[in-house]
Amino acid sequence: MSSPPLSTPLVHWHESHGGRMVDFAGWRMPVQYSSIVDEHLAARQAAGLFDVSHMGRLAIEGPGSCDWLESLLTRRVSDIEPGRARYTLVTNDAGPSGLTILDDALVTREADAPDGTPRLAMVVNASNRDRVVEWFVSKLPPQGVSLHDRTFETSMIAVQGPLAVDIVCGLCDSADAARIRSLGNYRAGRATVAGHDAAVSRTGYTGEDGVELVVAADAATSLWEAIHAAGAPRGLRPCGLGARDTLRLEAGMPLYGHELVADSDPFAIGLGLAVNLDDASGGPRRFPGREQLARMKAAPAPRVRVGLAFDSKRAAREGSPVVVAGTTVGVVTSGSLAPSLGHAVAMALVARPLAEPGTAVDVLIRDAVQPARVVPLPFYRRAAPRG
Amino acid sequence: MAADLKFAKTHEWIRPEAGGLATVGISAYAVEALTDLVFMQLPPVGKKVKAGESIGEIESVKAVSDMYAPVSGEIVEVNATLPNQLETLGKDPYGAGWIVRIKPDDPAELANLLDRPAYEALVKS
Repeated sequence: MSSPPLSTPLVHWHESHGGRMVDFAGWRMPVQYSSIVDEHLAARQAAGLFDVSHMGRLAIEGPGSCDWLESLLTRRVSDIEPGRARYTLVTNDAGPSGLTILDDALVTREADAPDGTPRLAMVVNASNRDRVVEWFVSKLPPQGVSLHDRTFETSMIAVQGPLAVDIVCGLCDSADAARIRSLGNYRAGRATVAGHDAAVSRTGYTGEDGVELVVAADAATSLWEAIHAAGAPRGLRPCGLGARDTLRLEAGMPLYGHELVADSDPFAIGLGLAVNLDDASGGPRRFPGREQLARMKAAPAPRVRVGLAFDSKRAAREGSPVVVAGTTVGVVTSGSLAPSLGHAVAMALVARPLAEPGTAVDVLIRDAVQPARVVPLPFYRRAAPRG
Repeated sequence: MAADLKFAKTHEWIRPEAGGLATVGISAYAVEALTDLVFMQLPPVGKKVKAGESIGEIESVKAVSDMYAPVSGEIVEVNATLPNQLETLGKDPYGAGWIVRIKPDDPAELANLLDRPAYEALVKS
């Protein structure tokens, strides 16, 4: 990327608190502040505080907005109730197969406007924001739907971990705190947090309980510092992109560009739930790439996504070949030491007959043969909530 | 940090020892920059290397880095316990955290390396 990197509203906080800044998807972001392992464990044991303002945030509003998104996304949109979020793929029908996966995204139906107009919010990957926006703009109808890229006027802060909800609720009045506590997973609402109006969703990318907060850009540092001050005495730590990646890997969550790519078969990588081929009454939906997705569902792909566990800490990396008896049977899509587990793990695409948990494979890590075994995903699952 | 250390721009240190040998490790700066070390691969004893050639790998949670020979020579000893005690690198990078002993082909090659003030100026820039 040749243009100078973009900065989030929190860049000065990161730089003045030991953040090691790297260029990620065109953004200047902290990969870590201290140790990736320490930050990872803080999120598992207490709470982690993440600047995810680089993620793209789109606002889609207007009387036709639900029907329009319904015609573009792999998930049904028209039956999302206000206050609920859904994971979806964004596709178009380019390419030889008639399917290109542009991104994976979270779409939230916010509370309707006072006049009843639907309002939706989408969060897309930083690396895909430009092309998703370009695609959406090309499909906008002449009237009835407005699309705004709100990435630069807002900031998004994730608080994740067993204490995350408690820490955030401590910064709210009792009514807002009660509403946040009662939000189920993939539910969203608004609250005043540390004095700032925030869109709050019970979502995240770590495998922990927690919330993601979207506030005005000029409120970001004040909100971040309030959460940090309230949480640090209880073990909360700021977490960089390094810990974000090890946390999502342990949680078995796919990352666009790694597990999920433009020509992936979603059914083979565990994302079949992100594809609604049919509407609620069982009739076929219409959206870009539907025909190819229907073919993929009917003819299972030869390779499927699995988890691999190693005895050693030495990590396989993206591209490492998976081998059985000297024959390449798959490829690693993400790998790292799993800090919560104390050994290396990887996600890989392997030949379907080898996907059974317990299957022994070898992984070539820079020419060294490292034994591994297929294990169920996720690698890490948080304890059931109390009460 | 002893004054007899010399440094490569790639963050290895080397210290001449009695008997024409030299001890090699990686700098405290490099250890601090890597953080979260998980794995180290050492070269085989007897391996002959040229200055700037890889003598092994050090891996952190985020990345794999090569370690390079600061001078040409033969690897005569490796710190075999170190890969199982990588925390030693953080505690004592210039002592117990040594990595290999090398028999330099030409001891004069050490003069090509940075002295401590020059290395410190490099990592601060």
